[in-house]
Amino acid sequence: MSAVIGALPSPRVGRARPRPRATLVLAIGILAIALAWAFVPGLFTAHDPLAGVAAEALQPPSPAHPFGTDATGRDLLARVVFGAGNSLAGAALAVLVGLIAGTAIGVLAGSSGGFVEEALMRVVDVLLAIPGLLLALSVIVLLGFGVTNAAIAVGITSIAVFARLARSQVVRVRRTDYVEAAFGSGGTFLAVLRRHVLPNSLGAVVALAALQFGSAILQISTLGFLGYGAPPPIPEWGLLIAESRDYVATAWWLTTLPGLVVAAVVLAANRIAAAIRESSA
Amino acid sequence: MPYALRRTAQAGLVVIATFVVAFLLLQALPGDAIVARYASPELGLTDAQLDELRTVYGTDRPVWEQLWASATGFLTGDLGTSLQSGAAVETLLAAALPSTLTLAALGFLAAVALAVAIAAVATFGRAEWLRRAFRSLPPLFVSIPVFWLGIVLLQVLSFQLGLIPVINASPAQALVLPVLTIAVPIAAPLAQVLIRAIDDTVAEPFIAVARARGAGTRWLLGREVARNAALPTLTIAGVLFGELVAGAVVTETVFARTGVGRLTQEAVANRDIPVLQAVVVISAIGFVLINLAVDLAAPAIDPRLRRAVHA
Repeated sequence: MSAVIGALPSPRVGRARPRPRATLVLAIGILAIALAWAFVPGLFTAHDPLAGVAAEALQPPSPAHPFGTDATGRDLLARVVFGAGNSLAGAALAVLVGLIAGTAIGVLAGSSGGFVEEALMRVVDVLLAIPGLLLALSVIVLLGFGVTNAAIAVGITSIAVFARLARSQVVRVRRTDYVEAAFGSGGTFLAVLRRHVLPNSLGAVVALAALQFGSAILQISTLGFLGYGAPPPIPEWGLLIAESRDYVATAWWLTTLPGLVVAAVVLAANRIAAAIRESSA
Repeated sequence: MPYALRRTAQAGLVVIATFVVAFLLLQALPGDAIVARYASPELGLTDAQLDELRTVYGTDRPVWEQLWASATGFLTGDLGTSLQSGAAVETLLAAALPSTLTLAALGFLAAVALAVAIAAVATFGRAEWLRRAFRSLPPLFVSIPVFWLGIVLLQVLSFQLGLIPVINASPAQALVLPVLTIAVPIAAPLAQVLIRAIDDTVAEPFIAVARARGAGTRWLLGREVARNAALPTLTIAGVLFGELVAGAVVTETVFARTGVGRLTQEAVANRDIPVLQAVVVISAIGFVLINLAVDLAAPAIDPRLRRAVHA
């Protein structure tokens, strides 16, 4: 029996890894398709995402409608393709909000030290103490419903993790000899920050941004599902699934297929984030 | 100052700061909750009636006075009045809490069982492909939208296989699908941490020493690995709590269950700010207390931390 432990694959031993590469290529492919949907949806579907043909309501998937049709006869694939723009743009905005605000707070805290650092990091503690979804819901109550507001709300929930990462990176790099030397040879704070701290922290921050992109897609679709995101005729992935809830007993494709698309895109974003983290570590 | 005292003071500070931030954001900033809620033309209230409502809800007083009233109210268990139903918030919460606690407790137990099973197969599975397959489960689980999972479970288990009745389900039957739904997003990070902890522990030199002295796998697993995996698992307790809260909101909405999650969802839909504020502050207190307990218990679990803490 004790041989079992010895036979365990050790994660630290380097070995030829054909499979992880394959999944990475697949992940990049999935994300590329989703981005193409977002930018040029018209290339991927001939159907109108908003206008349905009543005679073709609730058809199961077929060559004409690969994802089937919904209760008003709209092509589901067209709605998923056109929904990519809303969902991915929302996720990108969310990451941008978290990245800019969080990094600013973290860099300021890490480089100033003392009371300013204490105060900023306690604010970050408060942001962390409120469960993400509740924080997003509070922001939405403040700002009102809508795609952009939902994206900002999700972005605010990620400020804390970006701030913590940025602060730890700044503190780590600041302690190194070459940064001491850069200060010693007359470098100003901003110059040192730009020349030494930022390039050395970029990998970790980009990896976190990629990870947050995936989780932002999930959170925005959750807010859309709860009804606080895009208003109804607009195709948005979470809302698509919410609208299909009433047909769960009769039309399996309406919920199943959009959900699989969301899961595939999030999984792809997470896989790419893991690859960035590995290569920058 | 001793570590425990300093850590407790810090936790208290975060709770107070969270209360103030939640109050300022939700009650002071949006101008006037009364206008937002009651000034719609179809209610046809006059300005004098709106002023009267402001006096009733206390929003005509200065902000710091409202903050003080709200804070003393929280300390004495008076969480304010729901703008939507006019009922006391603490009454609404007390009515909703048992259902949510049942869901959360059962969901957490199911998640622990699921995570331990995944971690065990992922690290000690007989075949390489089996270990690989189970190692890819946690990343898969975190990528699935929870609300979608709930609907798909309902679709497959209830409508297609007919295992769980949709109408006239007994309370226990009605719990099965929500518990499964909420368990998945909690099992994912838990399994991830367990797998990493087991990997790290197995690579430690003291495992080789123990084995050289004749320790069997079962003894090693039960004693060394379990003990060394406990601490990293505890450190994500706060994250899991957040997942439970979010899971309750989504799951209760999907399955139309009464509970704190549903109450929260309705409070947001109706801009019922006192209810939302109470849920936010109570959740933050829960998160802070859990992390405080973990930090205080950590040195007791891992002797290596004691020196660092007292230094």
